[in-house]
Amino acid sequence: MNDYLVQAANLKKYFGETHAVDGVSLQVASGEIYGLVGSDGAGKTTTMRLLVGALKPNEGSIEVCGYDVLRQTEQARSTIGYLSQRFSMYEDLTVLENIRFFAEVRGLSATEWLPRSMEILEFVGLEKFKDRRAGQLSGGMKQKLGLASALVTRPRLLLLDEPTTGVDPVTRQDFWQLVIKLVGAREGDGVSVIISTPYMDEASRCHRVGFMKNGQIIAEDTPSNLRARLNGRVLELRGGPLDVLRRVAHSDADVEDVQAFGDRLHIRVSEGTSKAVLKRLKKEITEAGGHVDELRSVPPGLEDVFIALSDHEYSSVFQPMN
Amino acid sequence: MSSRLMSIIRKEFIQILRDPRTLVLIILMPIMQLFLLGYAATTDVKNISMAVWDQSQSQQSRALLDAFRVANYFSIDYMIGSENEYRSLIESGQIRAALIIPPDYEIRLLEGKAQISLVLDGSDATVGGTALSVAKLIGQSYATKILTEQTALTGRQASFNPPLDVRTQVWYNPDLIAAYFNVPGVIGMILYFITALLTASAIVRERERGTIEQLIVTPIRSWELVVGKILPYAILAFIDTLEILVIGHWWFGVPVRGDVGLIFLLSGLFVISSLGIGLFASTIANTQQEAFITVMVTMLPSIFLSGFFFPIEAMPKFLQYVSAIVPLRYYLVIIRALLLKGVGAAALQNEIIALSIFAVVIMGAAAVRFKKRLD
Repeated sequence: MNDYLVQAANLKKYFGETHAVDGVSLQVASGEIYGLVGSDGAGKTTTMRLLVGALKPNEGSIEVCGYDVLRQTEQARSTIGYLSQRFSMYEDLTVLENIRFFAEVRGLSATEWLPRSMEILEFVGLEKFKDRRAGQLSGGMKQKLGLASALVTRPRLLLLDEPTTGVDPVTRQDFWQLVIKLVGAREGDGVSVIISTPYMDEASRCHRVGFMKNGQIIAEDTPSNLRARLNGRVLELRGGPLDVLRRVAHSDADVEDVQAFGDRLHIRVSEGTSKAVLKRLKKEITEAGGHVDELRSVPPGLEDVFIALSDHEYSSVFQPMN
Repeated sequence: MSSRLMSIIRKEFIQILRDPRTLVLIILMPIMQLFLLGYAATTDVKNISMAVWDQSQSQQSRALLDAFRVANYFSIDYMIGSENEYRSLIESGQIRAALIIPPDYEIRLLEGKAQISLVLDGSDATVGGTALSVAKLIGQSYATKILTEQTALTGRQASFNPPLDVRTQVWYNPDLIAAYFNVPGVIGMILYFITALLTASAIVRERERGTIEQLIVTPIRSWELVVGKILPYAILAFIDTLEILVIGHWWFGVPVRGDVGLIFLLSGLFVISSLGIGLFASTIANTQQEAFITVMVTMLPSIFLSGFFFPIEAMPKFLQYVSAIVPLRYYLVIIRALLLKGVGAAALQNEIIALSIFAVVIMGAAAVRFKKRLD
């Protein structure tokens, strides 16, 4: 057996003319948190569904824990905990009844399920709500219930499809603490997590991040390596009026993109031009009638990287570093 | 039985018990249907409102009216004195029949040539038809009575117009009580409704609410999911059967002449075929509403073509052929025969074979279409 818990090669999934997943290859090691990011419709959910065998790929192969997901589907699934994007617990069953149902159908015996369920409910902090109907839980609690249900059979791989979308920031924090605790606590067993998220702060918590676009992973690396790809190419500009700043920045030949972050602009410049741009931009703005409070080179955030990757023309020349 | 299957069944029952609307539907619908079809949808006609224009005003004419009164089919509500009166009463719907006794009734009766006329409102064919035949019967039996009296009086055989001897014999349901006919039909309809509709929507609900996504990734096998989802509704269907039989028997007095074991066995066969329809519908529909419509589309023609309301023999040939693929048709023959005639399985073998073929085909088709995947 190799070191990778998940090995997917050249996955393709078509829905009619749409190539939802178009050649995704993916390797996830034991104890790794792998983040799938990308805009809506990039193919994240379809990839997740393929990995768990809920969809059958048109092409490609998937192995999870040494089991072929396509041929040894049930064995493979017994090692996977899956939390779908949409809440998929029974709203008319209580928290405990839901956990019991999913524990039992996954093969936990009558003597096993209760202690295990209580343990997992305590872990996610839902033990006080065990008799509450799932439909009456808050959004965050629902996600915790989904997580508990996915964890009840001690999976080695956890697939979390946008688990924190639509959940308040505090609960998102809670949720991530659980995920990190889970991976940390069971490093010996080698539990891995694949999580899809639209949030960059969450992506930066992953060990590795794959950026999806048009059904493909177009960039994959650790968050710091991804950020390093734009080192020295992001300038931060504070001043006013904003429309003047924006117009002048855009007109500069070396500026590739301008994005507003609150009261400041992030300006992405071509490789090796930041010093020159820093010099001339201030002057140009003053001449155009604006004023500059601050203009400096800043360390790139993941957000800058993903905006760069989303840029159609740009992504083709954005080659991974080795 | 696998423990996974048990878990699914238990979960399904919890959900049914927590859904008061469905529960009420399951328990009350049979009762409602039964009383509707046992009482309101009856074709027994009684107390037909009638006006009488007695121009004879004789002892004989009053005796004739007594014969009508005694029979209970007519209620003599108006005594009138002109044609215009009964015309307007019929037009306004206050009466459905008018009996006109001519002035020379008494004299002509003695001559043996008496005629009376009955005007009927034929706008309701059922009432009209019944009233006509009942009035004829009353007239005939009254005529027979007079003839017998005259014979006794004169001591010789009457030489004119021997009274028509109409003897109808109705078997199994001699009083033609509609409930006897309808209750078995209600059993068929309820079984079909509960099993096909509720199964389809129970399966589609998993897809609609997204829970199917979690089910798919469990080791539950397709057949376990299907059996686990439909078995609770099959059990409810049997409870409903029992409910209808008990109420039908004790309240409406519907006989249960056949073997009860056989009734349940063959009902089971019918349930399998309607479960198949429900399952098949669930593979077509994406929402509960679509499932409902899909089942309804099969249900209404089933009821009309099954012989529930209209005899199949009276349908055009084309519809008779169509009705051959309606499982309810065979089940109605079976359940009516078992309840009213008390026959054994041998007498029903054609229906049993037809129903078995249907059950195998529809279940097979549904199984082929039913996949435990998202796409």
